[in-house]
Amino acid sequence: MRIGVVTFPGTLDDRDAARAVKYAGAEAVSLWHGDADLKGVDAVILPGGFSYGDYLRCGAISRFAPVMTEIIAQANKGMPLLGICNGFQVLCEAHLLPGALTRNHELHFLCRDQTLKIENTTSAWTSNFTKGQEIVIPLKNGEGSFQCDDETLKLLEDNNRIVARYVGENPNGSRNLIAGITNERGNVVGLMPHPEHAIDSLTGPSTDGLPFFTSVLTALVGK
Amino acid sequence: MGKIVVDVMLKPEILDPQGKAVAAALPRLGFSFATDVRQGKRFEITVDGDVTPAQIAEVEKAAEVLLANPVIETFTVRAE
Amino acid sequence: MALDTVAIAQTSPDTKQPFAELGLKPDEYARIKEILNRRPTSSELAMYSVMWSEHCSYKSSKVHLKQFGEKAPHSDALLVGIGENAGVVDVGQGYAVTFKIESHNHPSFIEPYQGAATGVGGIVRDILTMGARPIAVMDPLRFGPADAPDTKRVLPGIVAGIGGYGNCLGLPNIGGEITFDQTYLGNPLVNALCVGVMRHDQIKLAKASGAGNLVVLFGAKTGGDGIGGVSVLASETFGASGPAKRPSVQVGDPFVEKVLIECSLEIFAEDLVVGIQDLGGAGLSCATSELASGGSGGMQVQLDKVPLRDPSLSPEEILMSESQERMCAIVEPKHIARFLEICAKWDVTVDVIGEVTDGDRLIITWHGEVIVDVPPRTVAHEGPVYNRPLAQPDYINIVNAQVIDVPLPKTAEEIKAAMLTIASTPNLADKSWVTSQYDKYVQGNTILAQPEDAGMVRVDESTQLGVAISTDANANWSYLNPYEGAKLALAEAARNIAVAGAKPLAVTNCLNFGSPEDPGVMWQFAETVRGLADGCLEMGLPVTGGNVSFYNQTGDVAILPTPVIGVLGVIQDVRTRTPMGIPAAGLDLYLLGETKNDLAGSEWAFLHNQRGGQSPTADLQREMKLIDFLLANNSIFKSAHDLSQGGLAATLVEATLKNNVGATITLGDVGIELLSETPSRVLIAIDPKDAAKITYPATKIGTTGGTSLTINGAEISLDELRTVHTSTFPKLFG
Repeated sequence: MRIGVVTFPGTLDDRDAARAVKYAGAEAVSLWHGDADLKGVDAVILPGGFSYGDYLRCGAISRFAPVMTEIIAQANKGMPLLGICNGFQVLCEAHLLPGALTRNHELHFLCRDQTLKIENTTSAWTSNFTKGQEIVIPLKNGEGSFQCDDETLKLLEDNNRIVARYVGENPNGSRNLIAGITNERGNVVGLMPHPEHAIDSLTGPSTDGLPFFTSVLTALVGK
Repeated sequence: MGKIVVDVMLKPEILDPQGKAVAAALPRLGFSFATDVRQGKRFEITVDGDVTPAQIAEVEKAAEVLLANPVIETFTVRAE
Repeated sequence: MALDTVAIAQTSPDTKQPFAELGLKPDEYARIKEILNRRPTSSELAMYSVMWSEHCSYKSSKVHLKQFGEKAPHSDALLVGIGENAGVVDVGQGYAVTFKIESHNHPSFIEPYQGAATGVGGIVRDILTMGARPIAVMDPLRFGPADAPDTKRVLPGIVAGIGGYGNCLGLPNIGGEITFDQTYLGNPLVNALCVGVMRHDQIKLAKASGAGNLVVLFGAKTGGDGIGGVSVLASETFGASGPAKRPSVQVGDPFVEKVLIECSLEIFAEDLVVGIQDLGGAGLSCATSELASGGSGGMQVQLDKVPLRDPSLSPEEILMSESQERMCAIVEPKHIARFLEICAKWDVTVDVIGEVTDGDRLIITWHGEVIVDVPPRTVAHEGPVYNRPLAQPDYINIVNAQVIDVPLPKTAEEIKAAMLTIASTPNLADKSWVTSQYDKYVQGNTILAQPEDAGMVRVDESTQLGVAISTDANANWSYLNPYEGAKLALAEAARNIAVAGAKPLAVTNCLNFGSPEDPGVMWQFAETVRGLADGCLEMGLPVTGGNVSFYNQTGDVAILPTPVIGVLGVIQDVRTRTPMGIPAAGLDLYLLGETKNDLAGSEWAFLHNQRGGQSPTADLQREMKLIDFLLANNSIFKSAHDLSQGGLAATLVEATLKNNVGATITLGDVGIELLSETPSRVLIAIDPKDAAKITYPATKIGTTGGTSLTINGAEISLDELRTVHTSTFPKLFG
């Protein structure tokens, strides 16, 4: 299995995402924002960071990168696509996922170990979890507050499209404690916390992040 | 040189923590009149010569796809 | 203003020049005329004034700092020593590590967010300039009283600035300190440390050699940022005396810096540069003169080729601009095409602005007219040197004669009250409100981070080689005895490295002081340097570089002498690191080292408003024995935590709360044993069966387990302890 990891100017967690892919047993392929070529990968990760300095709006400029045209086309055909943090912001800006990520309600960047509850275990990136499972992975962002209109929120809730929720105090003001969502088809997932930083207890708070990366392998094998 | 101004504001229903922080700070400084504050963005786009209606229309398109995120923001475009 | 050229300068020797306004003394101005054999042009005057400022030339500190070289211990680990942008240390397996700490104090007082942000940006570029990939940052900070209105202004801004810039660069922030004291009100200290790693053969130096090689400027365009910022912002004591000069603050763009880092590393990997220098304080004046004097001396620069953000800048301003995120490289003509190609890939602005020449003059032209023609060494390295008068200040004998008389807890109630006070006082309270604004996870190699004793990052994933860094200062001790204070800070930083399981290897420092024109301050400085140099020699740790920040004072009140000492260590296998938190119940707690009545300069005395007494005397032989023991027996420690500010009391709070594991402690002279700050002590948790392996003077003080910290019968639930420990900062700054 080959999983692409995109680097935009200002991307930071690309090497971490690639490491997580390797830990899961797949091959990580780096993709450059300026190249429209996906190098035949089976799935793509948009990692965290501050692409284009988060200027204008987080993810707003990256979504127009040449590589995104091809990624959007493939995702619409069912290719698994995971956006982490800044990647989630790009997915919303690209309208692959509904809603938007806005400034944390306390206005600070916040880096902490965060407990999440996995709500959806049918998406391409969460099938190796059990429903209701609580995990601890790092959260680190300044603009992680998930916002959308009431109608969209109802749609997400009613169709089991909320992938994970924050447990305990709301860290950033997200509606309904949303930490991650998926599209209707379940192949595109956006997640604000960082599973790629929880794959080894030497460097992270747990290994709870790994199933995100093994799930997609299961999904691809089953195809 | 003409100037086209684009004002971008969060939609009223979207939480604006920055505006809220400003609203909370005003009374602390003795400014007690404000019932609400919303913070937005302003773009100034400079063009050669006077602004044409066609340029306004182009900027409106640009605002729709790039300068504003219609999911959470509204915008206005005008020549100045 | 008409262009002032060398030709004009030669024919108008009597033109009045504003040398005093630029901070030059009459004799310094006279020396410039002597060097040039004519009056300087206005551009030359700008260059000399900024390069001969205290901040750039170290003119007051040089005579003392040379002790670091004279007393340097023999070390095989040192690959590049003092004098380059940062020292480089061999950590084995072909890896070299470079680290350095720098102050950005005054700019952070003026504009906290941008001051702190550009402080991070500057130190990161220093590390990058050595050829290294930056891998971590940390920030020792000092502020006025926690509840002072100005602290509420500067602290949140500085923290947000450090986070805003460092997070965007993708550098984990792994440690630092925050201390409050009255003397830092109006003089906050923002010291920024960065560590980077490279292979031995990738080390780069600031030198321009090889006639015909090109001088290339890349990164951000030049604007009017911080013109004269270095000399004005960092050298001018502000306060009652006279109108303050209006400084222009530098604004940082971390995105440009991140791209510049990746672009530079790609250029280094292909070995496309002969020499490189970042543009920080003194901008192009510094970069061109240092590169030229690092080589044979000859360089020609066409200043009008510099890409400008503000086209109205004069040549003098371009030379002095401190616009951030710029680098200057020396490139052989055969490599320039590839160099430009990599810059294009990263969308980095790049221009060839000159070339290396035969001869020994730095010649700068503006649209064909020569505006600078100087021997570069006279600008960069041969500035004025002052042997400033120094005298032991009167306060020393007075405070040293004072005897600390503070109430010490005896009853269970008093013990509990003292523990809650120590847990919640701003100097010792939980700093998560600050550190949670910093990304500690990025790069995926962080092994230990704040609030651990040392920060630790993995250097090689396949071999698990890692490095640890700790910065420490105890200004209270330095105030009582600057010589011992410096040694004690060194000892503490080295101990923190060893406690985490790494071997101390090298030292950097950031020496923060008041005005060098005050003989008392100069004495504090001289004693500090003497103490640090003696300490480093005794411990066998070379000083790889450092930074001096003078003029941290308001009116005639100087800050406490604050030498921040950074120690770098190496750990062969990061999986053997020792964390500070007690991991489980059923372990025995031992206190390594002896406890004496060392309340002078302690947090407990500070809390009772007593600043006198005599600091402990550093016993570095004992410290080295302790370090040896820690390193040899690392495998039996389930946790280990240094004792420093707040003594055993503070150590117990942190060690129990980290993993929410309680402890039951029995002490003899409970007040002293909890609150004394005798150096060279460590709290360890071990399996009871390993008791016989403790071959260092130690006392068993208790056992682990439960949900309370109980000391001589005084029971404090961990919940209560946590509540007071974690609520101080949110209450003050939230």
